[in-house]
Amino acid sequence: MSKHTLSVLVENKPGVLARITALFSRRGFNIDSLAVGVTEHPDISRITIVVNVIEELPLEQVTKQLNKLVNVLKIVELETSSAVQRELVLVKVRADNETRSQIVEIVQLFRAKTVDVSPEAVTIEATGGSDKLEAMLKMLEPFGIKELVQSGTIAIGRGARSITDRSLRALDRSA
Amino acid sequence: MPMTEQATGAHHPQPRPRSGGQQSAPEQVTGAQSLIRSLEEVGAETVFGIPGGAILPAYDPLMDSKRVRHVLVRHEQGAGHAATGYAQATGKVGVCMATSGPGATNLVTPIADAHMDSVPLVAITGQVASKAIGTDAFQEADIVGITMPITKHNFLVTKAEDIPRTIAEAFHIASTGRPGPVLVDIAKDALQARTTFQWPPTQDLPGYRPVTKPHAKQIREAARLITQAKKPVLYVGGGVLKANATAELKVLAELTGAPVTTTLMALGAFPDSHPLHVGMPGMHGSVTAVTALQKADLIVALGARFDDRVTGKLDSFAPYAKIVHADIDPAEIGKNRAADVPIVGDAREVIADLIQAVQKEHSEGDQGEAAGPKYAAWWKDLNRWRETYPLGYEQPEDGSLSPQQVIERIGQLAPEGTVFAAGVGQHQMWAAHYIQYEKPATWLNSGGAGTMGYAVPAAMGAKAGAPDRTVWAIDGDGCFQMTNQELTTCALNNIPIKVAIINNGALGMVRQWQTLFYNQRYSNTVLHSGPEADGKQPSAGTRVPDFVKLSEAMGCYAIRCESPDDLDKVIEEANSINDRPVVIDFIVHEDAMVWPMVAAGTSNDTIMAARDVRPDFGDNEDD
Repeated sequence: MSKHTLSVLVENKPGVLARITALFSRRGFNIDSLAVGVTEHPDISRITIVVNVIEELPLEQVTKQLNKLVNVLKIVELETSSAVQRELVLVKVRADNETRSQIVEIVQLFRAKTVDVSPEAVTIEATGGSDKLEAMLKMLEPFGIKELVQSGTIAIGRGARSITDRSLRALDRSA
Repeated sequence: MPMTEQATGAHHPQPRPRSGGQQSAPEQVTGAQSLIRSLEEVGAETVFGIPGGAILPAYDPLMDSKRVRHVLVRHEQGAGHAATGYAQATGKVGVCMATSGPGATNLVTPIADAHMDSVPLVAITGQVASKAIGTDAFQEADIVGITMPITKHNFLVTKAEDIPRTIAEAFHIASTGRPGPVLVDIAKDALQARTTFQWPPTQDLPGYRPVTKPHAKQIREAARLITQAKKPVLYVGGGVLKANATAELKVLAELTGAPVTTTLMALGAFPDSHPLHVGMPGMHGSVTAVTALQKADLIVALGARFDDRVTGKLDSFAPYAKIVHADIDPAEIGKNRAADVPIVGDAREVIADLIQAVQKEHSEGDQGEAAGPKYAAWWKDLNRWRETYPLGYEQPEDGSLSPQQVIERIGQLAPEGTVFAAGVGQHQMWAAHYIQYEKPATWLNSGGAGTMGYAVPAAMGAKAGAPDRTVWAIDGDGCFQMTNQELTTCALNNIPIKVAIINNGALGMVRQWQTLFYNQRYSNTVLHSGPEADGKQPSAGTRVPDFVKLSEAMGCYAIRCESPDDLDKVIEEANSINDRPVVIDFIVHEDAMVWPMVAAGTSNDTIMAARDVRPDFGDNEDD
């Protein structure tokens, strides 16, 4: 099994996300995480999909089948070595007067933030790669995690190049 | 290249992709009128459909159209298959129309069928008013959601001004690249609203860019492999027919001297009578074609997709072969079998370029194995298999009709240019085996989806699109009972098709599997009222319903044939009647089986030429 991060630029139209997720389930591909948002161009949305594939062949099938969707403009695989990948977690940890300071220490070690404090709990906001967040959650687990919510991974390539440039030009031509 | 001039180009007028050309003066119309005007402009001459509440506004201006003919079918499934039959017989985009809810869901089967067989189809459905969408309104169904995985693309239109652009885009997507079905769902209020109509509209498809021109380096590599191969096979699929590449294919085959096998979807792409043709591959392919692929050192796949019915058990398919795989759909390449030389492109452009590249290899002196007696040793093997294991059948001992003979004689007595449409099952395989296909657009069938009931409506669509050609539906008694009501449509709309019911009183192909793999336990495959019902006489076809009376009731000329002595007479009679549909109920022996056969899930090496007859390839000496 290996994880691959795909950045998929799509037309910002209703139903496009449904087309993509339906394709994954129909073809038997596994989605590990998914994040969607509009880009600097309001007509283009960017979907970051982390897929878990057994070998190279299915990954090629994923991208080829995605490319056939009429609303898909471009697909780029972002390698971990040449891209920045981030996830966001919000986690509510059980805390009392005895444990609160220990928890805050862990928050500082991971450069996370305390966003809410109450007599029985603290809520922590953290961003980072999945390894860092996993490590932080492991440290927090003994205190008692009451609630956890995680975003999908988003990713962007390092350096000056932008993957949206050419797609924008295609969109301008057709407009 | 001369052959590029011989083959005809795309028949359908292409809507201009972008504005900039001359646009017509704006007309003040309703959304419905703009839909019908758009259909006229894209050249949709025939539409098959049934009206209903949500699509009703569209049917009003349709009544006045002088350029769009509407054929009122009896079931929406019939409209869909008729449109695909029409598309394949004419090379144009087929069009069907239905209302919302059940009207639209009845189109699901033919849309899925068109998707599997890459048939250009535009399905137009009415939808409840845009404000009612999502409220579970009367006759509401999310047909865009339902058809998402079985269309090439689909649209929901809620604004009248979007109708012309969407229709233009739908026809463009359906007919270009790898063809396929496109559904356009239009809300009732969009059909009723006032709008302006201008043609051509500006298309907006930034993410749709089919690649048709093959890569020169890959073509050179493929040509090099072809000249160096000792045992090549040209494995030809439906893409060659879709691309109108049959003239080019003949040139390439004759230039290389390689054997050609045409899949079920490609019958007619290469003349059956041609000496280089070795038959159909796959589960019920000829021993020669199946074995040629198994023993080949090079397979050149042209517009074919290594379907499981062709490959059998995939990991033992063609173990010695390098693969050149040319397809317009990049996702097909490497999907089932890894390709050594992948070529993305339109089959016609690929083959035309391959011809030049092979000629160049030859002129540079590298004649390879193809020089002189082309692939002589390979042809010695191929011819030996061809002579030893030809397609064949035995006459029933009781003097009853043999289904294979019925189909063979229909083929032999058919006028030049006859189109054959088959249902799904034994009769489909026999129609593939025993009718000679010499030209494109002479064979229609449901290959990928295997849709029983395809034959009658598809034949209707083909005849509506090509009224000067004879159209024979070869159907089974099981299939016929699924869609025969379209014979009423044929009778009332002057669409005189001919139907041969191969009536063995059973769901024959399933029965064959029960005979071979389920200890002759015929669970729910008996359609007749024969021995199991009264036990007195042997089964002789389905008599309930009486197909002759049923067909007569639908306005057809109908006769029954039970004896080989009458066979030619009834076929000739059917061929001579052209003022109404003709149905012949051929009562055939129920025990006839389709051979050769590779059992499902097994290796193509285990092909059986006939029951208990495993071909002897002299493997021990050869390998």
